[in-house]
Amino acid sequence: MLNRVDDQNHNDEGCKWTETLDEQIVRCLQEIKDPEMPTISLIELGMVHQVHQENGHVEIDLIPTFMGCPALDFIRRDVETKLAKIDGVRTVTVRFIMDIPWTTDRMSEQGLLQLHQFGIAAPPAEFSSATVPHCVYCGSEQTHVVSLFGPTACRAIYYCTHCKQPFEGMKFV
Amino acid sequence: MNTALVAFLYQLADDEWIAGHRQSEWLGLAPDLEEDIAFSSIAQDEVGHANYFYGLLANELQTTADHEAFERPAAERRNAYMLELPNGDWAYTIVRSYFYNMFEQVRLQTLLESKIVALRQGADKMLREERYHTLHMQTWFERLLIVGGVAKAKTVRAICELWPYLDDLFSLGEDESDIIAQGIFTKTPAETYAIWEGIVRPLFIRVGYEWPGNPLQGQSLGRSGHHSKHLDNILSTMVEVSGTDVHATW
Repeated sequence: MLNRVDDQNHNDEGCKWTETLDEQIVRCLQEIKDPEMPTISLIELGMVHQVHQENGHVEIDLIPTFMGCPALDFIRRDVETKLAKIDGVRTVTVRFIMDIPWTTDRMSEQGLLQLHQFGIAAPPAEFSSATVPHCVYCGSEQTHVVSLFGPTACRAIYYCTHCKQPFEGMKFV
Repeated sequence: MNTALVAFLYQLADDEWIAGHRQSEWLGLAPDLEEDIAFSSIAQDEVGHANYFYGLLANELQTTADHEAFERPAAERRNAYMLELPNGDWAYTIVRSYFYNMFEQVRLQTLLESKIVALRQGADKMLREERYHTLHMQTWFERLLIVGGVAKAKTVRAICELWPYLDDLFSLGEDESDIIAQGIFTKTPAETYAIWEGIVRPLFIRVGYEWPGNPLQGQSLGRSGHHSKHLDNILSTMVEVSGTDVHATW
C-alpha cells in the first residue's frame, strides 16, 4: 500500500510520497506525460526501459518512439526537473537508448485505453496501408485512410464515413 | 579515430540531412494538404536519422552533432550530389525521393549486418520508420507514370535528368575498400545497385517504361566532396538565424 504524504504535496511541480526512493521515482515517471499525447505517461507508452538509482544518483534509460521526435528534449527536461524535486534525489541523468527499438506493442493496455480516450485510435497489429481502426467517436467500422502521415511522426489520419469525422490513429511501428 | 568509419558516417549523415532539408521545403507548397503533412513528417524522420549519425560522428571526433551538421563547409560534405539539387517540380521531387528511398532501404538492410553495433541498432529502428516513406514514394511514382499526360512527361524527364547521378549515390567514396574490409558496410556499390535494380526495375516494367540501363560508371561527385552551388545555398540558409546571433536559443 502506497501512502501519499498529503494531497497538497502532490502537484504539477513535483512528486512527493512516503515510499522508498525507487518507488517515488517510478511513481513520478508515471505522472510524466507525453507532451503531444498528454493523457498517456512515459511508462504506459513503454518508453521507460530502465531506472537505476544509487545514493540519490538516478540514471534513466528511455526508448525514443521515433528518432526524430521533437518532443524528446521536452521529455528529457520534464524528467530531469520533476525527479530532481524528490527529496533524496541528487542528480538525474536521462539517456535515450537505441539498444531496443520502440515498437507499438510496448504500449500498455492502460496506455491504449487512455490514448483512445484522448481521441487517438490504437495502432493496427501489423504494418499495412489498408488496415483501418474503428472510429474513435462512434465506433463505426466504416472508416478509411486519409493519410498515413499525421500531425506527429507517430500518428496517421483516418476518416469515418458514418459520423463524417476525421480522426487520428497511432501508426504501427 | 577510425577514418573509414568517419568517412562512411559522413555519407549517411549528410545524405539524410540534405534529403530531409529539401523535403522540408515543401512545407506550405505541396500540391495538396496531405502531401504537405506527409513531406513534413518524412523530413522530420530524415533529420532525426541525420541527428543520430551526427551524434555517432560527434562521439568519434569529440565534437558536437550541431557542429557536424551546421559548421562544415560544402567541400567537406559527403552527401550524394543529386540530393542537394533544388526540388524542381513535384514529379522531380517524387522521382528523386523514390530513387533515394529505395536506395536507403538497401543501405539500411545491409547495415543490419555491419560490424558496428550502433549502425545495426540505428538501422533496425530506422527501417521501421522508413517503410512508410518507401510506400509513399512508390505509390506516387507509379501513379504519376500510370496517369499519363503531363504527369508522365514530367516524370520521364525527371528520370532522365536524375539517372546519371545514381552513380554517385551508390558510391562509397575514397574509403570504399577500407569501409568494406572493416565490415562497416558489407556490400560494394555494384552489389547494392543490383539489389536496388531488383526492386525498382519491376516497377518500371509494371508501368511500361523502358529501363534506362545500368548507371554505374565508378565515379563519384558528392561522395568525393564535389558539390554544386546549391549546397552552399542550403548551408547558408540553415545557419541564417544562428549566424545573426550565435548565442540565440530556441
